[in-house]
Amino acid sequence: MIRFEDVSVTYDGAAEPTVQGVDFEVPEGELVLLAGPSGVGKSTVLGAVSGLVPHFTGGTLSGRVTVAGRDTRTHKPRELADAVGTVGQDPLSHFVTDTVEEELAYGMESLGLAPDVMRRRVEETLDLLGLSDLRDRPITTLSGGQQQRVAIGSVLTPHPSVLVLDEPTSALDPAAAEEVLAVLQRLVHDLGTTVLMAEHRLERVIQYADQVALLPGPGEPPVLGTPAEVMAVSPVYPPVVALGRLAGWSPLPLTVRDARRRAGDLRRQLDGENDIAPQGRGELRDQPHTTRSRQLRTPPELLGAPTPRRWFRRTRTTPAAPTTPSPHTAEVQALSVTRAHITALRHIDLTITPGETIALMGRNGAGKSTLLNSLVGLVTPSSGTIRLGEATPHRTAPQDLVRKVGLVPQEPRDLLCTDTVAAECAAADQDAGADPGTCRALVSELLPGVTDDTHPRDLSEGQRLALALAVVLTARPPLLLLDEPTRGLDYAAKARLVDVLRGLAGEGHAIVLATHDVELAAEVAHRVVLLAEGEVIADGPTADVVVSSPSFAPQVAKILAPQHWLTVSQVRAALHPDHPDPHPGADS
Amino acid sequence: MGAGGTPIRRAAQTPRPQPQRRAQLHPGAWWLWSLSLGTAATRTTNPLLLTLLITVSAYVVATRRPNTPWSRSYGAFARLALAVLLIRLLFATLLGSPIPGTHTLLTLPEMPLPAWAQGVRLGGEVTAEALTFALYDGLKLATLLICVGAANALANPSRLLKSLPGALYEMGVAVVVALTFAPHLIADVQRLRAARRLRGRPDNGIRGLLQVGLPVLEGALERSVSLAAAMDARGYGRTAQVPTAVRRTTAALTLGGLLGVCAGTYGLLTAEGETYGAPVLLIGLAAALAGLRLGGRRSPRTRYRPDRWDVRAWLVATSGVAVAALLTLAAAHDPAALHPGVVPLVAPTLPLWPAAAILLGLLPAFVTPDPKEPS
Repeated sequence: MIRFEDVSVTYDGAAEPTVQGVDFEVPEGELVLLAGPSGVGKSTVLGAVSGLVPHFTGGTLSGRVTVAGRDTRTHKPRELADAVGTVGQDPLSHFVTDTVEEELAYGMESLGLAPDVMRRRVEETLDLLGLSDLRDRPITTLSGGQQQRVAIGSVLTPHPSVLVLDEPTSALDPAAAEEVLAVLQRLVHDLGTTVLMAEHRLERVIQYADQVALLPGPGEPPVLGTPAEVMAVSPVYPPVVALGRLAGWSPLPLTVRDARRRAGDLRRQLDGENDIAPQGRGELRDQPHTTRSRQLRTPPELLGAPTPRRWFRRTRTTPAAPTTPSPHTAEVQALSVTRAHITALRHIDLTITPGETIALMGRNGAGKSTLLNSLVGLVTPSSGTIRLGEATPHRTAPQDLVRKVGLVPQEPRDLLCTDTVAAECAAADQDAGADPGTCRALVSELLPGVTDDTHPRDLSEGQRLALALAVVLTARPPLLLLDEPTRGLDYAAKARLVDVLRGLAGEGHAIVLATHDVELAAEVAHRVVLLAEGEVIADGPTADVVVSSPSFAPQVAKILAPQHWLTVSQVRAALHPDHPDPHPGADS
Repeated sequence: MGAGGTPIRRAAQTPRPQPQRRAQLHPGAWWLWSLSLGTAATRTTNPLLLTLLITVSAYVVATRRPNTPWSRSYGAFARLALAVLLIRLLFATLLGSPIPGTHTLLTLPEMPLPAWAQGVRLGGEVTAEALTFALYDGLKLATLLICVGAANALANPSRLLKSLPGALYEMGVAVVVALTFAPHLIADVQRLRAARRLRGRPDNGIRGLLQVGLPVLEGALERSVSLAAAMDARGYGRTAQVPTAVRRTTAALTLGGLLGVCAGTYGLLTAEGETYGAPVLLIGLAAALAGLRLGGRRSPRTRYRPDRWDVRAWLVATSGVAVAALLTLAAAHDPAALHPGVVPLVAPTLPLWPAAAILLGLLPAFVTPDPKEPS
């Protein structure tokens, strides 16, 4: 269906080809996963299928790409539109119209389909993707998962024989991701659609793939094979494969189900170790649980006090009220946030202690970002209080607030405002009032090998995140917040992030991450707070909260249940106590 | 299977009835109605009639606007109208006015200006007549703005696209995409100012705004490029094969038509061209329209559920046009009532028939379906 014949792509101004020697074929009706570390040209390969590379991006494509018998050299993207449906990384930049129904019809209108055909296909697609009660909704009011489904639906309606997807689930919560993947599987199974998809979160998608095309490194030709074969040699692999490699299973299991069948021996082997195993992270389980002891530590005059009403807020939150220094980095009490008549957060109580890492989880739109934004004072509470030591975030001047709390936003690039790394560091030192060179030292620590004159735009996602992190850390805030830090990161970059975060927690920083990545939460978080519809629905040690949840449990926990193991590194440490490997996903 | 279960689960979560999409009115009808009210507003300076016009349009908007992001633009238009009115009054106060008046309200110190600025006055006497005149004039402009706002709130301008002739469609999309640039830009500015706050810089002030300017433009440009890529990949701009003869005829008709329009307009505007002006203009217009229609053949586009122009659309459009026509008639018939004098200063009276005519504009509030849906 899609045939690459010795394809290489060189962008204008680049010395080396971005991809070369791409020569494989995707048969009709198969789901092929394009895997590989960041920056190996996955998006370029995907773009070549829809003709956007090179017709739209420029550059030179040598070799030949044919899709459904059409050569992309002679067919422009618009002439391939009836054969190929493309969904890019950001669904929002894909939408042309305002409402769901019109968006679904747009592609068919361009192709000139008859009105009754369009009508029928729109209704079918609305049902297929579970969008029928959203049909008249303006697209901007939808959640991320809904937008992603609309984006997929909008390219499905012209009935393309090939679907090309670039990271369709990376912005989605686990449940929404499963919904999208279930739809894709149904398309492949029932309609015979050919799907080519790139995705970093292999643990979510590998089980659906018929074949995997692995791009092992920049400029290296792809390796094509069954998922099990490719995963045996791949530098990127999900935790289930990591566990399989650790235990020496062959062929490698790809699904939790396969792995569970093999894991009997491993479970027995680990049985005795289970009490000692969660060292370095599990010890918090034995400590008094901070949220439960909260009421004892709060000043008595606020105990059981009704939610302060808006007009009393000023008197109640004057800095004079707390007399004893709080042992917590941050305290949130009865926090409610209402914006545009929608309650984003409802009666949130949360305490954050130094050295603690909290993962904030929940579906898209549950209020995670709003909570982080209220902690840095970007959102003013409608009621309730937030205290960072002595300060109330939304009343503190930004210059002072940076020394108390730092947030790395979802798009780290927003934080970077100059055109070289050196200038960025100088600006960060000045903003934070730190000694010159503080930020640069942090950058060298987090990002070895990045030169002063690099433009932040030329960094990879992971490097940009590290730079933004260094900028935020320059002011040494005791509380560090990260909003969805692993979007677009490969396993190696994620493992580095995990190391950095562990180091920071060790130094006494309190860290709160809002994330959909259950594996990341399992690796670093001491405590997980689950949000749903603006309320806290679970708050407790990571192992307790995630193991009991089907969608938030990491793969290792599912495989080794009922034992409480969360990550491959824990299992490795238990099996080989002498050779602990801090990089579970990055060794290659 | 998860896929099979999804629609069922979603349906169970939201048991509310399906909103009736077919109940929407043709957007053209709303625009015609609103713009007609605006035209009516230009025919009068009577503040009572203008207030009545604003009330009528506001009532219809309040009862009939759908719950969508773009319908919230009405508030922005209302604020803009108020600002226009205030600025008009301020200018009349500061710069004086050519209206001769006898009722001096206050006297500002007059600024002596150099000789080259003769004719401009700064400060001086502020008369009640001048202020009243400015108020009437400003109110007229404000009413016009509010009527345009009503059109925006009642019907999304991009829905009008569906009614464009095929040959112009792609141009229309480009215009709409350009229009959505502004709201995106505002969202970007807000996000980047939040990011500045995160870096510990003051997030207000002109300097703060200027420093986010470049990244905002960069982001907007990137988004435009990726939108263009997405549109291209979805078949935007596909052309159908048409016979060479048709293509040539199209070109000839369009070019000839446009030339005819130019020549005809020129003829109408010059003294000696009175005889040939009008017919040439009409022939040119017809040829251009035929060219457009033929040109539509090159575009294979079809339309998904085009808005139908039904009885209600006729009623809405007619009610608006009737208001405009009746007020124009009244302005010709009884100019004194529609333009209350300011010199000498008299209290405006409400002329009965024009007021009744304006009330015709309320018809859409009763004949169109209520778009309020639970959300």
